Amino acid sequence: MNELLTNFVPEPERYELRAGPVHHFELARRDFFKLLGAGIAIFTVAKDAAALQESGRARRAPDETLPNDITSWLHVAEDGTVTAFTGKVEIGQNIRTSLAQSVADELRVPFESVRMVMGDTFLTPFDQGTFGSRTTPTMTPQLRRVASAARDLLVEQAAQRWNVSTDKLVAADAKVTDPASGKSLRYAQLTAGQSLARTLPDADPVTPPPQWTIAGKAVPKVDARAFVTGKHQYTTDLRPPNLLYGKVLRAPSFGASLTSVDISAAQQQTGVTVVRDGNFVAAAAPSERAADKALAAIHAEWKSDPQPSAAEIFTYLKQNAEPPSGERDKTEKGSVKDGLATAAHHLEETYNIAYIAHAPLEPRAAVAEWSDDKTKLTVWTGTQRPFGVRDELSDAFHLPHDHVRVIVPDTGAAYGGKHTGDAALEAARLARAANRPVKIVWTREEEFTWAYFRPAGVIEIKSGIAADGTLTAWEFHNYNSGSSGIATPYAVPNQLIQFHYVKSPLRQGSYRGLAATANHFARESHMDGLARAAQMDSLEFRLKNLADDRLRAVFQAAAKSFGWPRAKKQPGQGFGMGGGLEKGGYVATFAEVAVDPASGSVRVVRINTAFECGAIVNPDGLRHQVLGANIMGLGGALFEAINFENGHILNARFSRYRVPRFRDIPEIDVVLVDRKDIPSAGAGETPLVGLAPAIGNAICDATGTRLRNLPLAPNGIKA
Amino acid sequence: MSIALTVNKEQFSVFSDPDTPLLFVLRDELGLTGTKYGCGEGQCGACTVLLGDTPRRSCQLPVSAAAAKPITTIEGLEQDGQLHPVQQAFLDAGAFQCAYCTSGMIMSSVALLQHNPRPTPPEIVQSLQGNICRCGTHPRILDAVQHASVALRERAR
Repeated sequence: MNELLTNFVPEPERYELRAGPVHHFELARRDFFKLLGAGIAIFTVAKDAAALQESGRARRAPDETLPNDITSWLHVAEDGTVTAFTGKVEIGQNIRTSLAQSVADELRVPFESVRMVMGDTFLTPFDQGTFGSRTTPTMTPQLRRVASAARDLLVEQAAQRWNVSTDKLVAADAKVTDPASGKSLRYAQLTAGQSLARTLPDADPVTPPPQWTIAGKAVPKVDARAFVTGKHQYTTDLRPPNLLYGKVLRAPSFGASLTSVDISAAQQQTGVTVVRDGNFVAAAAPSERAADKALAAIHAEWKSDPQPSAAEIFTYLKQNAEPPSGERDKTEKGSVKDGLATAAHHLEETYNIAYIAHAPLEPRAAVAEWSDDKTKLTVWTGTQRPFGVRDELSDAFHLPHDHVRVIVPDTGAAYGGKHTGDAALEAARLARAANRPVKIVWTREEEFTWAYFRPAGVIEIKSGIAADGTLTAWEFHNYNSGSSGIATPYAVPNQLIQFHYVKSPLRQGSYRGLAATANHFARESHMDGLARAAQMDSLEFRLKNLADDRLRAVFQAAAKSFGWPRAKKQPGQGFGMGGGLEKGGYVATFAEVAVDPASGSVRVVRINTAFECGAIVNPDGLRHQVLGANIMGLGGALFEAINFENGHILNARFSRYRVPRFRDIPEIDVVLVDRKDIPSAGAGETPLVGLAPAIGNAICDATGTRLRNLPLAPNGIKA
Repeated sequence: MSIALTVNKEQFSVFSDPDTPLLFVLRDELGLTGTKYGCGEGQCGACTVLLGDTPRRSCQLPVSAAAAKPITTIEGLEQDGQLHPVQQAFLDAGAFQCAYCTSGMIMSSVALLQHNPRPTPPEIVQSLQGNICRCGTHPRILDAVQHASVALRERAR
């Protein structure tokens, strides 16, 4: 197998990581058995850089207790129950299920006997965070290796009891069997009365996809019943005894600083604790209403500075780009100048990308509780980076890492929006002052205003093709929106691709697909323009310039499913495509739109997406991610944009910020390409990136108008 | 002031400002956290409950106005350990990802099917238009409601 594929580790984008986390490992092995009871415990040690990057660090923090290269662990209890531990978190992407499938598969136990402990900084190994579509390519193999090591240990135990060699024994159905004698022992029998801990090197190889029995199947979501009965407890639902509700006084605009504040009236309200700490002013009270009333009684004066507005954002980004720093953000090959000189057709375009919000339906929230002596802090919060938030809390309150525990209940989604610990810090600060647990749940308006956004951007492309449609030159500059998916998958001998950093006027960060959406939108729209210039069919033009077989395959699969090429049957009808590869996944999306000639309204009628991410772990979960990515992507493609003016968000409500609703949903067909010969990659993000260009290209097909801004048509298309 | 409520066939007396949204009373006073906060302006549907047999956004409904009729929340649908056919249909269709919108989707669908046992797909779309799902589970929710419609009619036979 191709080495590049087997060692594929998606590189985190600059916006994914704010600060490098420090490795930490709190759980001593003694505590492990205390917690889970007797049985066997397996710890695996990283053997490759990929595993270390994901779950360990080369550096050892002073308050660590165990070797820092341990990447995963797993426990088989005396009753045969398997508990696997991961710092990854469940945010709707269904990894609680898919990871358990892989553990069960590798350990040869029924799916139902595996329990995943996730996102708890006291119980799970260090992890950078759940982002970048990394869970499947990096965590799944790690859990498989620890499960495989556990299986080996169980086989070894049986071999000792029977005094036979391990290679004569078979592990299956939670049993070890000796086919020669017919004897067998259940895992539960082998673990009974044991307290055996082993640290093993990552066992490799693990079971290859063609031999999977539980992975690769459409196993239903774990705990599904708790979700349809309302019993699942999200962070926002937690109600520890003596809970207070917290509210934070927000500045009237971005960048404002507090000049004076009077908290005396609020402090006199019954049961209210008010905190002022620098610019942070907040109140905790026995009910949310009481906290609101306390906040309303606080009189604050703020000093605001002028801030850029949405109207000038694209000019601002272009004018405020920092000078290029070294080669990291630049790829150059051949000479664009020479490539343009030999071209028969040139095309030069600028694309603009708006800031958009994640708007997860569960807002940022946290519950914080201190020990009586205020030396230990526990915080429940919906975050994609439990260890990152642990570090933020540890820094903010000057606590050793092992005095801060962050626990992440399965969360009401994140989409890249919950990397930081804002609500956790706020709740912890209030709880320390109030001597009681405090819950903070951001309002929707706070969520739209004080969370961070997907970066806005400007993309400039200059290109050339020969008379036969062969690409000869490609120059691509992205200002601010990010570098993921910036490389072109098309073969071009002469290219210059560069990311330009800009200090963003609005707080910005990660987002599902991040810059890959913007970069694919610009590139695939531009490719369509080039196909027109060459008077070639869009698909034929792409395939002509595409050497990557996997990308060709998804384009061909989606084209077949969509029925490309198609003849237009009525005015306003249009067809288009977009695709690419990112984070180990390959996607092609075809769209049909209907543009109403009278009103200019745009309706997406049909979407066909083909997606390939190696061996499929759970086809049902994967299909749902592809569906969901397309539906979420509809908003950013057609109408979502944060509108802001001089430090104020003007549309911080669902009544003013339009997200896709039932009426917007087209027919969607998903074609999954299963490649059992290729290691599995993640799927949470890449299925989104082909949609916006497919819609833009379809609109151009329908109307002849090339739209170069995201969102494409927030108010329809003006005739 | 003290307000008498009937929630999921149980009587409660809550001490609350009359204009407190029902949502906060359900969640914070009665511990019925299956009903979710999503926007506080009646735009997302996550807080949907039934007042009598009418779907209402509990974030917009003052608790005093909810005293008149029986309230049903997601916790009140299951009967004797049996899921309501709409819950069962959502489960069977796998019609959730993060599932934060699910309670509101189910309550809105229950209300729809009470009023219109045989909704057409456009009617389902219309009645769920006020419920936001950010994960993009809409096609499966539409399937689930159609299956629930069949199951409810079979049960009624």
